[in-house]
Amino acid sequence: MTRLALTPRRVVLGVLAVVLAVVVLYIPQYFVEFRTAQFTSVIAISIAVLGLALLTGFNGQISVGHGAFFGVGAYTTAILTADHGWSHLSTVPVAMILCLAIGVMVGLPALRISGLYLALVTLALATLFPLVIQKYSDVTGGSTGIGVPDFEPPDWASGLTEDQWAYYVILAFAVVTFVLVRNLIRSRVGRAIIAIRDGEVAAEVLGVNLARYKVATFGISAMIAGLGGSLFVMNTAVLDRVDPSQYTIARSIEFLAALVIGGAATIMGPVLGSLFIVFVPEFSSDINAELSRVIFGGVLIVMMLVLPGGVLGGLTRLEAGTLRRLGRDRQWRRLRATAAEADSPDPDGSPTVDGAAT
Amino acid sequence: MELFFNQVINGIQQGAIYAALALALVLIFRSNSLLNFAQGEMAMFSTFIAWILADNGFPVVFAILAAMAVSVVGGAIIERTLIRPVGSDNVLAIVIVTIGIFIATNALAGWIYGTDGRVFPRIFANESLVTFGDVTVTQETTGIIAILLVVVGLLYLLFQHTKVGLAMRAVSSNAESAQLVGIRVGRILMLGWGLAAALGALAGSLAAPQLNLSLNLMQGLLIYAFAAATLGGFDSPLGAVVGGLIVGVTQTLAGQYIDFFDGFELGSAFLLILVVLLVRPQGLFGRAVVTRV
Amino acid sequence: MTPLLEVADLEAGYGPVQVLRGMSFTVDAGETVVILGANGAGKTTTIRAVSGMIDTKGSVVVDGKSVGGRRPEDIVRLGVAHVPQGRGTFVDLTVEENLRLGAFTRKDDDVAADMDHWYEVFPRLHERRDQVAGGMSGGEQQMLAIARAAMSRPRLLLLDEPSLGLAPIVTQELFRRLQTLNQEQGTALLVVEQNANLALSIAERGYVLEAGLIVAQGTAAELQADESVRQAYLGI
Repeated sequence: MTRLALTPRRVVLGVLAVVLAVVVLYIPQYFVEFRTAQFTSVIAISIAVLGLALLTGFNGQISVGHGAFFGVGAYTTAILTADHGWSHLSTVPVAMILCLAIGVMVGLPALRISGLYLALVTLALATLFPLVIQKYSDVTGGSTGIGVPDFEPPDWASGLTEDQWAYYVILAFAVVTFVLVRNLIRSRVGRAIIAIRDGEVAAEVLGVNLARYKVATFGISAMIAGLGGSLFVMNTAVLDRVDPSQYTIARSIEFLAALVIGGAATIMGPVLGSLFIVFVPEFSSDINAELSRVIFGGVLIVMMLVLPGGVLGGLTRLEAGTLRRLGRDRQWRRLRATAAEADSPDPDGSPTVDGAAT
Repeated sequence: MELFFNQVINGIQQGAIYAALALALVLIFRSNSLLNFAQGEMAMFSTFIAWILADNGFPVVFAILAAMAVSVVGGAIIERTLIRPVGSDNVLAIVIVTIGIFIATNALAGWIYGTDGRVFPRIFANESLVTFGDVTVTQETTGIIAILLVVVGLLYLLFQHTKVGLAMRAVSSNAESAQLVGIRVGRILMLGWGLAAALGALAGSLAAPQLNLSLNLMQGLLIYAFAAATLGGFDSPLGAVVGGLIVGVTQTLAGQYIDFFDGFELGSAFLLILVVLLVRPQGLFGRAVVTRV
Repeated sequence: MTPLLEVADLEAGYGPVQVLRGMSFTVDAGETVVILGANGAGKTTTIRAVSGMIDTKGSVVVDGKSVGGRRPEDIVRLGVAHVPQGRGTFVDLTVEENLRLGAFTRKDDDVAADMDHWYEVFPRLHERRDQVAGGMSGGEQQMLAIARAAMSRPRLLLLDEPSLGLAPIVTQELFRRLQTLNQEQGTALLVVEQNANLALSIAERGYVLEAGLIVAQGTAAELQADESVRQAYLGI
C-alpha cells in the first residue's frame, strides 16, 4: 500500500481534483458579483454543514439546531465589526471560541438525551434562537438587525474586487477546515468518534471515554458551524446586514438537508449538499414558486428512501458495483469480510452498510 | 389575585390546544415509536379539509369527523409509502423524512388552499360557562377539555381492552416478536399513523376557531405540544392532556411573572423539555424503560 | 409419511454475505431434531429462514406447503412457532399479556385454559402474571418465551439457542420442560444449540452445521458416539 502508487483510480481522481481546483479558483474571475457572492455563501454554508457532518454524520448525534451556532458566529462578527470596530478576520477566533463553549454546554445534557429526543431539543433550540436575538435587541439590533461594514480587500490585494476578495478568503478558510476535519476523521480520534456512532457500548468496552468524546465533538462541531457563520457575514458584497430572519429553524433544516443530500458521513458531501440547497431552490422557483417547496420536501423524502447515504454515498455504492463488475473486487471482498462477522450470536444479524465513504 | 387566576385560566385555555396536538404526538409515539415532526402540518392540512366541508354546508361536527376519517386513510398511506421503507433503525432518516413531510405538506397546503386565513366555525360558543368575579371560564375551553378527556378514555379502552390495542402495544414493544406471534405488523403501523392523523385533525379543528385557520396554524404550537408530550410522558395519552394544561399554565405564568420569559414564553417550554428529559425522561405518567443489558 | 418440515438446498444470507450455502434437513411430526454448530455456522440464520424472517433460495416446505417468500405472520398460522434468540419477550407488557399474545392467531375458546395450564407448569409465571415481563430473570423470560410460543398450539416449535445466557441448572430444567412438551403435546421441536450435550439428550436426530453446510447427521446416539462430533462439540 505505497502512497505514491499510481493506480488508475488515483490518476482519475487526481486529474479530477486538478480540474476542480482550477474551476474553483476561476469562479470569481468569470462570474458577476452576485453569482460569485452566491458561491461564497455556498462555501461558508458548506463549512457549517461540515461541522454538522462531524457531529451527526460521523458521531451519530442528531442536531436540528446548527443554524443557531451559525447564527451565533454570524452575530458575533456582525456586532464586533459594526459596534466595536474590530477588523473582520480578527472576529473569527472569538466566534469560534464562543461557539465551542456553547457547543460544549449543549453537548453536556446531550449526553443523556439521544436520537429523536436530541433532535427535538436541538430543534427547540434553533426555534428559540431568533427569539433570543429579539429579546436582547439592545445588543443585537432586534428584528431590524445590524449593518455589517464592508469586508474590503487590503492594499496588497487591491486588484481584487470586494466580492472576489471575500470569495478567496472564505475559500482559504474552507480548504484548511476541510483538510483538518478530514485528517481528524482518519486519525485514531476520528475512529473513536465513528465507533461511538456505530455502537456506544462496544466503543466503551474498547476504552473510549464516551462523555469526553461526545461533548468534545459537539463543541468542535459547533465551533466549525460558528466559523461558517462568521465567514458568512463577510460576504458583504451582497449581504449588508444580519437579522434574525436569516437564522431561523429553516436555516438548521437547510443544513440538515444539505448534509443528507450530499452524504451524511462524508467529507465532500457538505459541499455538494450546500451547492444543492443554495442553487436548486432558485432554479426551481423560477419554474414554479409554490411547488418548488413541495418538491424540496419531496426530494428530502425520496433521498432517504432511495439514497440514504446521499449522493456521495450513492456514488460509493456505484463505485463498488463498478469495481465488482471490472473484477477489481479487493474492496468488495473487504466489505464482505466485515459483514461476514455478522453471523455470530446476534439476534438481528443483518449488517448495516451505510454510505460512509472511508 | 384575580390577575393570577385569570392567567391560570388563560393558561388552561392555551394548554387545552397544546394537549390536543400532544395527543396525536403521543399516539404516534406509543404505537410507532417515533416522534413525528410533521404532525402539526398534517393536522393543519386536515383542518382545511374540515373547513372546506363546513364551508359547503355540512354541519361542523360532521365536517370534523369526515376530515378525521380522511386523515386516517391519509396517515396510513403516508406510513406505508414514506415511513415504512425507511426502516425503524435509521433515526436520522426518520427525522429527515418527517421534516420533509413537514415542508411538503405546508407547501402543498399553501398551493391548494392559498395563504389567506380563514375563519373556522365553532363547536362551542366562546361564551362564559362559569364566572368567578372577573375570572371567566369559557364554554369552549371546557368543551375542548371534555372532548380530550373522552378521547383519552377511548384510547385507554383501545389499548388495554381490545385485541387491536394489545397488538399495537406489542408492535411498539418488540416488532419482531409481534411478527412471530402472527400480528400483521404492517397493518398495525398503518393504523397507528392513521389514528394519530385523525387526532391531529381533531386538534386542528379544536384550535382553529381561536387561532384562525391558516398555514401557520400549528407551527406556533408544535414545540409547546412536544413539551406537553414530553412532560406527560410520550406513551401516555392522559399525560398528554395533563402535560398540555401544565405547559399552558406555565407558559402564561412565566411570561407574566418572570421577566426573563416576558415575550419569550417559548423559552419556558424549552426549559421544561430539557429538564424533563434530563431528570425524568419518562415524564409524569409514562412508563420507565426497563432494559436488561 | 411426509415430514412436517422439509428443507432442501437452503441458501440464505444477509445482503452480500451468504451464510447458508445449500443445506437440507427434515423434521417429522412429533420429532425432536437438533442442529449443532459453532458461532457463525449459520444456526440462527437457519431458524430465521424457516420462520420466514429472511429471504431464501432453495425450498422450505411445512406440512406439504411451500413457505418460501411468505411472511412470518403467515407462517405462524401454518402451525410454526419461533422462540427467538434472546427470548424476544415483550418487555413492556405483563406476563399475562405476553401469553395472550402467543395465542393471537387462535380463534377458539380454550385460550384461557391453555394459559392456566402453563401457569401450572411454570408457577413463577403465575406469581408474576400481572408484572411487567422485563423485570424477570433470563431463565424466567425463557420459560415465558416457550409458554408464549406454545400458546399458539404449534405443530412445530423452533428454538434458537434456548440455553444462551442461562445458568446450567436453569438450562437443565428448561430442556426437561421441552422434552415434556414434545412428549405430552406431540409438538415437534427444532432446536439449534451450541450446548450439544443437553440438546442431544432430548433429541431423536441431529445435524451438524459448519460454515453453512451440513457436515454430519444421524440419530442422537450416533452423533454422541461420533469422534469428530465429540471433539468439536461435546468438549471431549
